[in-house]
Amino acid sequence: MESIYNLGLLIVLAPLAGAIVAGLFGGTIGRKGAHSVTTLGVAISFVLSAVVFKQVVIDKVGILNQTVYTWLVSEGIRFEVGFLIDQLTAMMMVVVTFVSLMVHIYTIGYMSHDEENWPAGSRAGTNSYQRFFSYISLFTFSMLVLVMANNFMQLFFGWEAVGLVSYLLIGFWSTRESAVYANLKAFLVNRVGDFGFLLGIGAVLMTFNSLDYSAVFSTAELHKNLTFSIFPGSEWNMMTVIGILLFIGAMGKSAQVPLHVWLPDSMEGPTPISALIHAATMVTAGIFMVARMSPLYELSETALSFILIIGAITALFMGLLGLIQNDIKRVVAYSTLSQLGYMTVALGASAYAAGVFHLMTHAFFKALLFLGAGSVIIAMHHDQDMRNMGGLRKYMPITWITSLIGSLALIGTPFFAGFYSKDSIIMAVGESSIPGSGFAFAAVLAGVFITALYSFRMYFMVFHGKERMDHHTREHLHETPWVVTLPLVLLAIPSVVIGAIFVMDMPFGNFFGEAIYVAAEHDVLATVGESIHGWWGMALHGFLTPAFWLAAGGVFTAWMLHRKGLDIAVVMKERFGFVYKILDNKYWADEIYAKLFAAGGRGLGNGLWKVGDVALIDGLMVNGSARVVGVLSGITRRLQTGYLYHYAFAMIVGLLALFSLFIFR
Amino acid sequence: MIALSDYLTVAALLFGLSMAGIFINRKNVIILLMCIELMLLAVNINFVAFSHYLGDSAGQVFVFFILTVAAAEAAIGLAILVVLFRNRRSINVDDLDTLKG
Amino acid sequence: MNFEIPNFMLAMPEIFVLGMACFILILDLFLSERSRVVTYLLTQATLVGAFLLSLGLYSSARELTFSDSFVLDPMASVLKLAVYAAVFMVLLYSRRYLRERGMFRGEFFVLGLFGVLGMMVMISAHSLLTIYMGLELLSLSMYAMVAMQRDSRVAAEAAMKYFILGAMASAMLLYGMSMIYGVTGSLELGEVSAAVAGQGSQLILIFGLVFLMVGVAFKLGAVPFHMWVPDVYHGASTAVTLYISTAPKLAAFAMLMRLLVDGLGALQPQWHDILLLLAILSLGIGNVVAIAQTNIKRMLAYSGISHVGFLLLGVLSGSPEGYAAGMFYAIVYVLMGLGGFGMVILMSRAGFEADQLEDYKGLNERSPWFALMMMFLMFSMAGVPPFIGFWAKLSVLQAVVDANMVWLAAVAVLFSVIGAFYYLRLIKLMYFDGPLELSPFRPSPDVALLFSVNALAVLLIGLFPSSLMAICRQAMGL
Repeated sequence: MESIYNLGLLIVLAPLAGAIVAGLFGGTIGRKGAHSVTTLGVAISFVLSAVVFKQVVIDKVGILNQTVYTWLVSEGIRFEVGFLIDQLTAMMMVVVTFVSLMVHIYTIGYMSHDEENWPAGSRAGTNSYQRFFSYISLFTFSMLVLVMANNFMQLFFGWEAVGLVSYLLIGFWSTRESAVYANLKAFLVNRVGDFGFLLGIGAVLMTFNSLDYSAVFSTAELHKNLTFSIFPGSEWNMMTVIGILLFIGAMGKSAQVPLHVWLPDSMEGPTPISALIHAATMVTAGIFMVARMSPLYELSETALSFILIIGAITALFMGLLGLIQNDIKRVVAYSTLSQLGYMTVALGASAYAAGVFHLMTHAFFKALLFLGAGSVIIAMHHDQDMRNMGGLRKYMPITWITSLIGSLALIGTPFFAGFYSKDSIIMAVGESSIPGSGFAFAAVLAGVFITALYSFRMYFMVFHGKERMDHHTREHLHETPWVVTLPLVLLAIPSVVIGAIFVMDMPFGNFFGEAIYVAAEHDVLATVGESIHGWWGMALHGFLTPAFWLAAGGVFTAWMLHRKGLDIAVVMKERFGFVYKILDNKYWADEIYAKLFAAGGRGLGNGLWKVGDVALIDGLMVNGSARVVGVLSGITRRLQTGYLYHYAFAMIVGLLALFSLFIFR
Repeated sequence: MIALSDYLTVAALLFGLSMAGIFINRKNVIILLMCIELMLLAVNINFVAFSHYLGDSAGQVFVFFILTVAAAEAAIGLAILVVLFRNRRSINVDDLDTLKG
Repeated sequence: MNFEIPNFMLAMPEIFVLGMACFILILDLFLSERSRVVTYLLTQATLVGAFLLSLGLYSSARELTFSDSFVLDPMASVLKLAVYAAVFMVLLYSRRYLRERGMFRGEFFVLGLFGVLGMMVMISAHSLLTIYMGLELLSLSMYAMVAMQRDSRVAAEAAMKYFILGAMASAMLLYGMSMIYGVTGSLELGEVSAAVAGQGSQLILIFGLVFLMVGVAFKLGAVPFHMWVPDVYHGASTAVTLYISTAPKLAAFAMLMRLLVDGLGALQPQWHDILLLLAILSLGIGNVVAIAQTNIKRMLAYSGISHVGFLLLGVLSGSPEGYAAGMFYAIVYVLMGLGGFGMVILMSRAGFEADQLEDYKGLNERSPWFALMMMFLMFSMAGVPPFIGFWAKLSVLQAVVDANMVWLAAVAVLFSVIGAFYYLRLIKLMYFDGPLELSPFRPSPDVALLFSVNALAVLLIGLFPSSLMAICRQAMGL
């Protein structure tokens, strides 16, 4: 135990140290120093995480739940920093540090000419390379703090830290207006979610009078029937309130409808960041949090049902948007949204293990797809429009093969990692009986077709067909340097094998032990597991499921269209103008927010500002009181006349005043 | 027989007189120093009187300490007075008004 | 007649400081102007030695000696350690400042050490006599220190005012002591406490209590006995102000605790009302008048008055938690006060006193680092989380709320909001106004380092307040 504790400290602090050194002394240690120190920090973290994973998961030495530091104790509530390292945490630590390490290595290549991205002489552009490394290490640190927390306060700290650093990273190119707009949007939308999250933590504190996971989870059952009246007359089950509020936080971080709008825009950041945000950190935080809170969610079917429906909507409708995008990164971004929907559906169906399993496999193949897209973008001299690509497989064989592997994993081809996780989810939802599961089942099945369609549309557009780029770009097309391709290869391996390795343990076995709790009546994975006999059998059986045929249909459609030289986006625009318009405007979500909330808020703000602030608060209270205080101050300072006898007299008056306290009462 | 209250009354009168002296006097700083001495002496009367009527010697010991401290205090007071006079050529209480507000 | 030998060991730090102060006084006579630094180093060594001695004597027990007129308990130990540390920092800050003004003389250090001895006696006093002796030793040293700047008109004026008012206040304190002695028949606080508990609240006891409170309130600088504070802080040279405004507050806090809690604990309902009046007035006058100041030393003086109001809030709640909060506040205030006046020393140089607010205009352009450090201090004084000042205010307010005086907490918060204004104004001057002079800002490295450490400590202890809080709670037997 002691050794895990020490390892845990090192794992968390190594990236932080790297971030501090690269951030504060970036100018001194130079580019090489900065990327060496941060990559080394994350590499240490990864190796040690692997050791912890071996000890906790394979050697089963037990679960570490230990306080590192007691920040303060107030009214019997302890605010602490501590570690809870169980199977769930160990798995997350490995995934986070591995993807982050890959991203660090990749960034060395991707950002090597970063000075070109800044206007000449810009002050913000100096040492931007070092700053970027500092940020991504800090991001890793924040995510590790989040997953290793053993209490709600630390969870919240990690949660906010991740949000803050993502803000810095999305707006990294701070001289670009679109980047600034995107990071502001991410920040605001996340604030909405965090508000719910904070209320949820408040509700936990109110109910359990503790912030410690173990204390909360062990007594959750006792508060099962506690109700809470939000409005007079309407009684809410406390667990439902807590569950939904916490999930609102997850909706912000994990980009679920309707708080999804920030994620596609986050593509404004450099590509490594997109990979890190989408694959290993940030968006997985919400999924992880719900899985971690499973003892609470199991007590409220309403909350689960809510999660299920939100997830299903996200999975289907966000996938549709991917169909018509022309920006290569945006296609991948919408696919992330849709895959997050799958994970959320799994959580809603009480198949937490399947959700987390998908989180893990997705982390690998999505990072792969992003870094592959980034590799293409480097080769295309930072042109991201797929309409200008085509036939790249001849020029970039490694990127081509690895991207193909990523796409096959994404659409759920049997034997690839994505197949095992996605199929477990689909089967689990099929077995689920909570309200909304029928809709969810239909949505995830339809989603399979859509996923296959947009993934292979992208694949064909980029790697096959006519070479549509201009002459200059074509002449310079070549495979990217090894720092870029190495992570691709390293990520491609788990994208193939990781599913088969863990499928029997993670969703259908007892991999997570006590870390995830599922009530017996919700345990759909156990029901599904009865018919699964080994990874080989599952994959073979996979060829017979509707999901496989839907995916195959999607690929086939994409191929047919490609052969005819048609682009689905163009086809839809011509034949189904109305549908295209809906999709092109992303269901008008941005506009609705802009009109309803932003403009409404601005209007309300303006009104309040004019009436409330300017007239009442500024005029009457702030300026008024400031003036009153100012005048008062001017008068009272005259009491300090400078004359000794006045001072002495004041003392005597004070003496008499003290006496009068006792005479007049 | 002189009662305890008589001593206390004298002391209180002396104390009040010297307090009044501090805030009524607006001319000479030396008078302030004298008033302070007088305040301490009033306290001494209190202590000695109490000590006598309580039959406890601690009060009289205290008086010795007060007398000693008063001597030290007078020395420092006069030293400050000298510094003041050197700088301003005046020991008028009314002139001590540069610091205010 | 039985004669018992007092336990000298308990007073070892006092004896050590006394011996060293006398030794330095004599040694200094034989030192040439150029080797004056020996005096300085010996003084600092004395403080370090006393620190180690007090640390070695630390125990959680409460021990009395010298016929019960001297006490060593955890509160005394902690406060003494804080006093040594504070004075050590004061001397570190002022070395170069004193040199540049021709005040780097042995008297300054010897008086400083005697002042420390006075504070130590006050902190460990357990009889009216020892309290008075400690108080006078401290006060006389400070009068002389203020007057040390012989060619300054304002310093002489400040010294005179301080002396007259201080002597008057200690005379009132003595008058109160004589009343207490008359009623209880003893000078020793334990016996006083027993006698007061037996007799209840006689009028004459209350009479004595009020006079006592005048003396204590004067030392703390609580309104309406605060008049000396701005004038003396302003008039004295900044090094002396630094000394007066910091460590003696700890001693005054100890005196308050000894007299009110150890001695007159039975009169809690009475002194509660007195402290309430003093606290509200201090919070109000301190914060309001500070706004109108243009001199930063005066501004900090008024801000100090308002901090004293907060400190009193902790004590008046009458619970050990409240005392711990008050002690925490006192220590935090000393740390922030050191930074505040340290800032003036940092900015001053030979022939230039940076005591006007406008001297700080545009500091951010001249030195972003020190502007940031000063901002830390101002935020801390204003009570912005996560700086230490926030926790100090929070713990006091918590004690007040626990004593069922929510309205008082609301009043305190209201006044701190008003107070935030003048702290923020300094930040505004530093960050948003153009500098008056464009010369680069080159402070001497030792003061710069000390100031940075000081300001960062305000942040770091603020991030991890629990250990300091735990020390204070332990000192109050919690």
